[in-house]
Amino acid sequence: MQFVELVSDNYNFALFKNTSRKCRMLNKTPLHAKHHESNAKMVDFFGWDMPLNYGSQIEEHHAVRQDAGMFDVSHMTIVDVKGAQAHDYLRYLLTHDVAKLKVEGKALYSGMLNEDAGVVDDLIVYFFSPEDYRVVVNSATKEKDLNHLNKHAEGFDVTITERPELAMVAVQGPNAKAKVAEILTDAQKAAVEGMKMFFGRQADDLFIATTGYTGEAGYEIIVHEDGAAALWDKLLATGVKPCGLGARDTLRLEAGMNLYGQDMDETISPLAANMGWTITWEPAERDFVGRAALTAQKEQGTEKLVGLVMTEKGVLRAGQKVKVEGGEGIITSGTFSPTLGHSIAMARVPKPVGETAEVEMRKKWVSVTVVKPSFVRNGKSVL
Amino acid sequence: MSNIPAELRYSSSHEWVRPEGDGTFTVGISEHAQELLGDMVFVELPDVGDNVSAGDDVAVAESVKAASDVYAPIGGEVVAVNEDLEDSPELVNSDPYGDGWLFRIKAEDASEVDNLLDAEGYEQSIDEE
Repeated sequence: MQFVELVSDNYNFALFKNTSRKCRMLNKTPLHAKHHESNAKMVDFFGWDMPLNYGSQIEEHHAVRQDAGMFDVSHMTIVDVKGAQAHDYLRYLLTHDVAKLKVEGKALYSGMLNEDAGVVDDLIVYFFSPEDYRVVVNSATKEKDLNHLNKHAEGFDVTITERPELAMVAVQGPNAKAKVAEILTDAQKAAVEGMKMFFGRQADDLFIATTGYTGEAGYEIIVHEDGAAALWDKLLATGVKPCGLGARDTLRLEAGMNLYGQDMDETISPLAANMGWTITWEPAERDFVGRAALTAQKEQGTEKLVGLVMTEKGVLRAGQKVKVEGGEGIITSGTFSPTLGHSIAMARVPKPVGETAEVEMRKKWVSVTVVKPSFVRNGKSVL
Repeated sequence: MSNIPAELRYSSSHEWVRPEGDGTFTVGISEHAQELLGDMVFVELPDVGDNVSAGDDVAVAESVKAASDVYAPIGGEVVAVNEDLEDSPELVNSDPYGDGWLFRIKAEDASEVDNLLDAEGYEQSIDEE
């Protein structure tokens, strides 16, 4: 047999190619030993030795859709932004206007752009006060992001502090909140009581946020590295299933969530990456990095990120060519959807886009259905 | 290290072959191969009655990670295929040398099997990858 359709993108290629390689020194999260205790199959994920799965990524996927699963996401980069001008700085740095954040703990998903309006990264920003924010960015882009943050901080009264000593565990699924509640202190229970979506609060030793990357309810919990293993063990004891990067990818794709480096990067406009909703155009006086180029792109029109559904046998893969009315585009992420039982994908294509598209798979053109890039939410198909 | 049963023969492209003693040979993919591929989601099999030559791509194993051609390790006629894989492709992961078999070939020239690797030879070929 031969692995004929190895996708060309870095992410999936890394998942496959480096599975059995042991050569370079990899970063380890504070939960590294815990993954081995749970028999994880590890993989080099952009320099981090991370769990790909703990046996079956499909079983892990179902655990998150039907019960509760947890992911070690300690490799992600946590940055605290503080200072008298933190508010002004972030209004200049991000496409999504942090002036929208008025309630303590409220979070926002945003992109940050370069001057050409390409996406430098996507991130979540938590608001504590106009002088105090926390930003969580991707791990693979860490150096670039920190450089970008520091470069644009010039002239603003802010301090930017990376927090590498913090670990992060995402607990996701319909039973995730109930299981987490079993291990919380009274103060923590009070802090999360009635907490709406996209909020984060520090209580005792944990920062608990109602955010995630799966399309299910749950928490992302930030804890000091010294407490990470104990937190993991307590969650294991409540029956939360450890889940690896494989399941994380199929879950986020079903939920229609972008993966940086795959669905967008520095050469892609947020308008061509289904991130238009994260751009706050008003007030027009607010300048932000990339605004001029972005305004020009909006006037000219851009490509568009759409969802594709194929109910026949086979799996849509990143890198495959797609034809729509407007011309030829490309699949940015594709997978088998364990929840739906068939393949789904996101594709960046020129407009106009009809109701169907043709995808080149294994040298044949196959007809697929075009949908909005969102497939599963809260355990159920949204197709 | 993955399991490589001594009684089977192997191709360097990760298929295994088991002589059934009646001139037919059962073919599947090795435990090592299924580990590399991850969870199987579709398996496309040849048709019973197909005549194949050694080296022909005759099946496709498609996992969450990649689609892979499966080659006929020997030539002959396909006399059976594992229809259980239609509904349960995960059998290739859970029991690659048993219930996860792919197809059975009636050999045209049974001596072709001698060209395949034994367990030790296959283990070496994996180590060199």
